Amino acid sequence: MKALITLLLQFAVPTAIIAAVFVGIVFFVLPREVRTIFKRELRSYFTSPIAYVLFVVFLGISNALSFFFTGVLEGGEADLFLPYFQYLPWYLILIAPAVGMRLWSEEQRLGTMELMLTMPLAPWHAILGKYLAAAVVLFTMLLLSFPIVWTINFLGEPDNGVIMSGFVATFFVALCFLAVTSFVSAMTRSQLVALLISVAVCLVLWLGGLPHISEMLMNLKGAWLIAWPLLKLINAVGVMPHFTELAKGVLGLRDIIFFLTFIAFCLFATSTAIRLKRA
Amino acid sequence: MIEVINLHKHFGAKVAVDGVSFTVKKGEVLGFLGPNGAGKSTTMRMVTGFMPPTLGSVRIGGADIETNEIEAKAKIGYLPEAAPLYSDMTVEAFLRFAAEMRRVPAAEIDAAVERVIETTFLDPVRHQSIDTLSKGYRHRTCFAQSIIHDPEVLILDEPTDGLDPNQKHEIRQLIHRMGKTKAIIFSTHILEEVEAACTRAIIIDRGRIIADGTPEELKAKASNAGTVYLKASGSAGEAIKEWLERLASTASVEVLESSDDEIIARVKPKKGKSNDLSSEVYTLCREKNLNVHELRVEEGRLDILFREITKSDSDK
Repeated sequence: MKALITLLLQFAVPTAIIAAVFVGIVFFVLPREVRTIFKRELRSYFTSPIAYVLFVVFLGISNALSFFFTGVLEGGEADLFLPYFQYLPWYLILIAPAVGMRLWSEEQRLGTMELMLTMPLAPWHAILGKYLAAAVVLFTMLLLSFPIVWTINFLGEPDNGVIMSGFVATFFVALCFLAVTSFVSAMTRSQLVALLISVAVCLVLWLGGLPHISEMLMNLKGAWLIAWPLLKLINAVGVMPHFTELAKGVLGLRDIIFFLTFIAFCLFATSTAIRLKRA
Repeated sequence: MIEVINLHKHFGAKVAVDGVSFTVKKGEVLGFLGPNGAGKSTTMRMVTGFMPPTLGSVRIGGADIETNEIEAKAKIGYLPEAAPLYSDMTVEAFLRFAAEMRRVPAAEIDAAVERVIETTFLDPVRHQSIDTLSKGYRHRTCFAQSIIHDPEVLILDEPTDGLDPNQKHEIRQLIHRMGKTKAIIFSTHILEEVEAACTRAIIIDRGRIIADGTPEELKAKASNAGTVYLKASGSAGEAIKEWLERLASTASVEVLESSDDEIIARVKPKKGKSNDLSSEVYTLCREKNLNVHELRVEEGRLDILFREITKSDSDK
């Protein structure tokens, strides 16, 4: 029991600080319009079954797979990083687009985009409000995977600092995938199309950063003169290297800046997509 | 209040709106008429700032909808044609959301929601989820959000669509009442609505304004305006017809019924002579000692004008 309390303190304090900063920003820094849209979106996630279904799917997959296939139990060493966090982004390739697919496609399908964009607000208010609501859903989801941390702590004595940074890195990857989904969903009124395309793009972004794929791309240089710049680009925006660095516990400014720039770019692209849709 | 200057909208090679200009002052209700696909909704979408115009500009209370977007939009209440709503919310929650978005001060939101629920008769469904509403209630919910912030400018795309006759009547009365203090544009293809609620009407066809005036002025332009309807007896129908044709202001005589003793006819005046014609017909009847059973000047009808001007254009 005492161990659990210590553990909770270890994680709850930083989590509470992050949550408090977030709430502070939403309620005191951002304009009222962003807040109103944020609240509406969040309520809509939790009054419909979407959020709960995704929680169950995510927790089911991530817990089951990490225990059965990655050998955390046989490993003997209770190091959560390798088996658990290495696979988490793979599930997020599916889960983050599933959370974000409705953001703008639903708005177009219902026609409410016409209502929203004739209200006195700048498009970025709506984009940010919606994005933040979906981010809270993903945050809650990661929060709910806390029992696995407890289990690992029960079994051994892992470095909880590394686990914490593993969560931070995973959350950043989830935010990147969500930003991609926001952009894709602004281009279609079908949630299914938004989901499929987003998953494909996220997969490319993730695979583009895999070490073997990077090497393979480099070796292709001679033969693929035309395709090479494109592949190189995919390689450059691949999120994996940044994830790996962060998850190791190295809180590198360079990686955080990469993630934030990536997200900002996708949200900007969302606003462009919306503008083109209106014209 | 609303200034629309030389508005154009092209979709690829298709020209949807082709140089539309008009102004609507406070206290005016402008009816926007036209066949389907004439460019009514496109024009309204540009006026509300949803769609950027290809060319031209829109000013709402002096604020340009493109360069001063937020200030201009804050003055507008808008009911889109499809009456879109967030189907996962209840009516009341949606109206609260709209009130917050439309910048109603937090302390006044309750009162504003109550007011619009009352004016649009939404009380029975206020706690109901929007996806369970009938079409009429959905439409009124969307109408309610457009007036929740008591806007100076109201733009309504077919506000009575999907309502039953009683509700249509109520909404028309409401528009007419609100029109005294606001600038209102509403589109419709129900012509009687224009007469019931508008102070001015514009007819638009193929993206151009083809008629603009008060309902009375427009009616006067219809081909049947000023036609004199006569039912008289006391002489042979053929003879009466000849006399009528000889009158100075007569353009043509259309005989509806004729017998040895009676005639029912419609006499069309020459251009601009409709006032003279009725008195000439009256004098004729007295001189010839005819028994006049009915004598009246027909009022022009909007539907006739509408058909005439929109048809002649598409025939070309």
